[in-house]
Amino acid sequence: MSTTTTRTPTAPEKPATEKPGGTLYRGREGMWSWVLHRITGVAIFFFLLVHILDTSLVRVSPEAYNAVIAAYQTPIMGLGEVALVGAIVFHAYNGIRVILVDFWSWATRNQKVLFYVVIGLWVLTMLAFTPRHLINVFSH
Amino acid sequence: MTVIESPRTPARPAPRRGVNVEKWGWIYMRASGVILLVLIFGHLFANLMVGEGVKAIDFGFVAGKWASPFWQWWDVLMLWLALIHGANGMRTLINDYTNPGTVQKVLKLALVASVAVLLVLGTLVVFTFDPCPAGSPADLLPSFCPAA
Repeated sequence: MSTTTTRTPTAPEKPATEKPGGTLYRGREGMWSWVLHRITGVAIFFFLLVHILDTSLVRVSPEAYNAVIAAYQTPIMGLGEVALVGAIVFHAYNGIRVILVDFWSWATRNQKVLFYVVIGLWVLTMLAFTPRHLINVFSH
Repeated sequence: MTVIESPRTPARPAPRRGVNVEKWGWIYMRASGVILLVLIFGHLFANLMVGEGVKAIDFGFVAGKWASPFWQWWDVLMLWLALIHGANGMRTLINDYTNPGTVQKVLKLALVASVAVLLVLGTLVVFTFDPCPAGSPADLLPSFCPAA
């Protein structure tokens, strides 16, 4: 590395014809961070629309609210809540990663490491949440 | 060969004077995001992790929470920050996946309209909520109601 830093950069001898090369982020950690942030964001947004409407039923009557909330307590929806919390937790941690990459030069250089930190913290959080939630859904 | 513009290339240059709306949108996403992490993790912990979690949620549970201004303001703050954060995110997707024109305008109008309706609805629900509605079955009401 030290012998090449003083040389004027030149084009590679063989132009990359098959592989896009190393300058694109495509297929790497940054792309998956972006894709997952977008998908989880849209999913959370549409859940939020529904969640405001179902919660608004407390203003209609106790019976109406209890009927809709009973749907959230079924096994299928219980599994759906694991997916929802998983999406929220990823979006939250990856959002912090985005902020760090924006404002802190160390984080900009180490954005790939930070993606795996996000995945690791996500796994830990889901290990804390999922068993307890599923026990509530399936046993009470 | 197709030239791909730099991802940071703005669709149109920022205004020379006055408020740079896109810059404040960028700042809002980050500021609200950090606050939302605290608010939503707290919301999920209180509603899904404590006690019997989702199985304990019913009218009485919500009435018990909203008897306190603390949870009223928690939920209203969460509503406004999250809905505007989500709407701005959806605006980004509309800009990315549609071309300027009628379809894009209709989508943005639908987005703004639905968000405005839900903000008003949600805020009214939290602050006009009656935990002890007259004529309701006593066993569905929170324990602090005279009828319960």
